Amino acid sequence: MIDRSERIDVPKGKWDRCEGCGHMLFHRELQENLFTCPKCDHHRRINARTRIEQLCDPESFEEFLKDLVPTDPLKFKDRVPYSERIKAQQDKTGETEAVVVGKAYIRGRPVILAVMNPAFIMASMGSVVGEKITSAIERATDEALPFVMVAASGGARMQEGMVSLMQMARTSAALARFDDAGGLYIVVCTDPTTAGVAASFASLGDLILAEPKAMVGFAGPRVIANTVKQELPEGFQSSEFMLEHGFVDRIVSRTDLRKEIGRIIDYCGK
Amino acid sequence: MNNSTSTGTAMASASAASYLEFEKPLYRIHLEIEQLERDQLDGGRDFSKDLKDLRQRLKQMTKRLYSHLTAWETVLVARHPQRPLSPHYLGTMVRDFCEIHGDRLYGDDKAIITGFGRIGPHKVIVIGHNKGRDTSERIACNFGCAHPEGYRKALRAMKMAEKFGLPVVCLIDTQGAYPGIGAEERGISSAIAVNLREMSRLKTPIVCCVIGEGGSGGALGIGVGDRVAMFEHSFYSVISPEGCAAILWRTGEQRKLAAESLKLTAKDLMRLNIIDSVIKEPMGGAHRDPMATAASLEKYFTDSLRDLKRYKVDTLLRKRYERIRGLGSFFEKASENAKEPVESKPRSPSASDSKISVKSGSRSMTGMKRSSQPAS
Ligand SMILES: [Zn+2]
Repeated sequence: MIDRSERIDVPKGKWDRCEGCGHMLFHRELQENLFTCPKCDHHRRINARTRIEQLCDPESFEEFLKDLVPTDPLKFKDRVPYSERIKAQQDKTGETEAVVVGKAYIRGRPVILAVMNPAFIMASMGSVVGEKITSAIERATDEALPFVMVAASGGARMQEGMVSLMQMARTSAALARFDDAGGLYIVVCTDPTTAGVAASFASLGDLILAEPKAMVGFAGPRVIANTVKQELPEGFQSSEFMLEHGFVDRIVSRTDLRKEIGRIIDYCGK
Repeated sequence: MNNSTSTGTAMASASAASYLEFEKPLYRIHLEIEQLERDQLDGGRDFSKDLKDLRQRLKQMTKRLYSHLTAWETVLVARHPQRPLSPHYLGTMVRDFCEIHGDRLYGDDKAIITGFGRIGPHKVIVIGHNKGRDTSERIACNFGCAHPEGYRKALRAMKMAEKFGLPVVCLIDTQGAYPGIGAEERGISSAIAVNLREMSRLKTPIVCCVIGEGGSGGALGIGVGDRVAMFEHSFYSVISPEGCAAILWRTGEQRKLAAESLKLTAKDLMRLNIIDSVIKEPMGGAHRDPMATAASLEKYFTDSLRDLKRYKVDTLLRKRYERIRGLGSFFEKASENAKEPVESKPRSPSASDSKISVKSGSRSMTGMKRSSQPAS
């Protein structure tokens, strides 16, 4: 929902400061460590392409629905027209929208994969995001493959209004059919997994994994603080908080994700 | 219909409080009428002709004002302090309502009421948000903002409906799910998500209506079904106009503009193919005639359920999936002619005809516009 145009894994120089502990890291080292800090385990936000490269067997990712682009169903204009916002994001990221879907292999196991892209309007969910995810789930159902979702999102794409909200229903309905067909659905919550995405497909995994210290929750912390008029507890709405309260199965370091997903598929996949 | 009055009824004698900011012209006439009535009583002079004219003018003006409500005015009407709430419909439209409590997991959330009842000839399970009427009730039910246990209670009621072959009727009226610490601790995301998934495959008809405020995921959490309607002056939005203004315009002042931009009225959402019907309200809004409003809603549910009950479960679920699959489907292919949007398959053969069915001047509700022959 919020476009914090943060710098996402596009470091320029040789050195980089860890956002978690402030430690100076050799960029090469950071990259080899999948953009996690070897000192404090801080997991930096990464874009969808980097994620796919890290997660999938080399050259195995085969993208589909790459060319779907958003229309502007509401003809929405705030300070900037929505169509211009989209154009600017496309130019900035080189992506058409905030999710990338396709077929891939993870440690030799075929899966349908969806990766949300926090670099694109904080992976907010509009019609194209919903369509691509729904289609990916339907494909996983048809091909009887596990579905892996790397979730991240600031929430609804406000500029698409109710069109955006409906994506929660569409994706969840497709997951019901996938579930009926016995499909294995693995969610990986990454920073941040919130609002409409959290309250739909990101919470419906057979298994829900989360990267350490990711923000995972429904309502915005400021809204909550204003409502309850008290200080929010330490670590509120984090992966660890969700684990403690029983809504995440495992917290998994980025460097272990491939292994963990492979293992789950071996136990549950067909 | 039984005539038991409930918390929802009002307006027998309108006061300043029942008039909204934009209704000032109406309130002035109202005051004139009151003055004349007093004069007539005190002085014994006959003002009946003037009174008749004034009442006529009040009626015409109300009609004119309400036929062109702006989006923001609609928001105000939908949030009107005297607008009928779920308990009103449970006491009028629903006969023999039998409430059931609790989610069998944590507690009983008063923000969502569930229970058995009859609507017309149909035995149903009813689920509805309750915002509360007076201060103590409002606090008890968190102004209609439900916690996870509310959504789980609703799901429990739905599963029971499925088991015993009862259709489900949902009344939506909430600002949104409760944004609180406990709600997050008990998995509000999960509770809503599970409802979306389960409602899409529940093996019994589901009909929903936004009766007042449709606030984002908290509304959708009991808002997935075979048919979704909205009252004429209700609204349904992904975010409140105030919230949207604060985020996109960095100031709450732009809430009117935000309301307009969000396309949150029934008419707009009909056009966007997100709802199926608009239910007409009495002239001047539901709060001016709660009983007539309940009668319209009763007719909508009675007719819809009669149609839906004719489907075999497989057909019902297939049609429901197609309906949900087609919701909010707007995109185009970059590689093709960028001018031609690919709006994925229409939801039904009749999806293109008369989407807007608000007709003026009548209290009757709109017809079901979709043809509804059982397909198998
Ligand atoms: Zn560090």
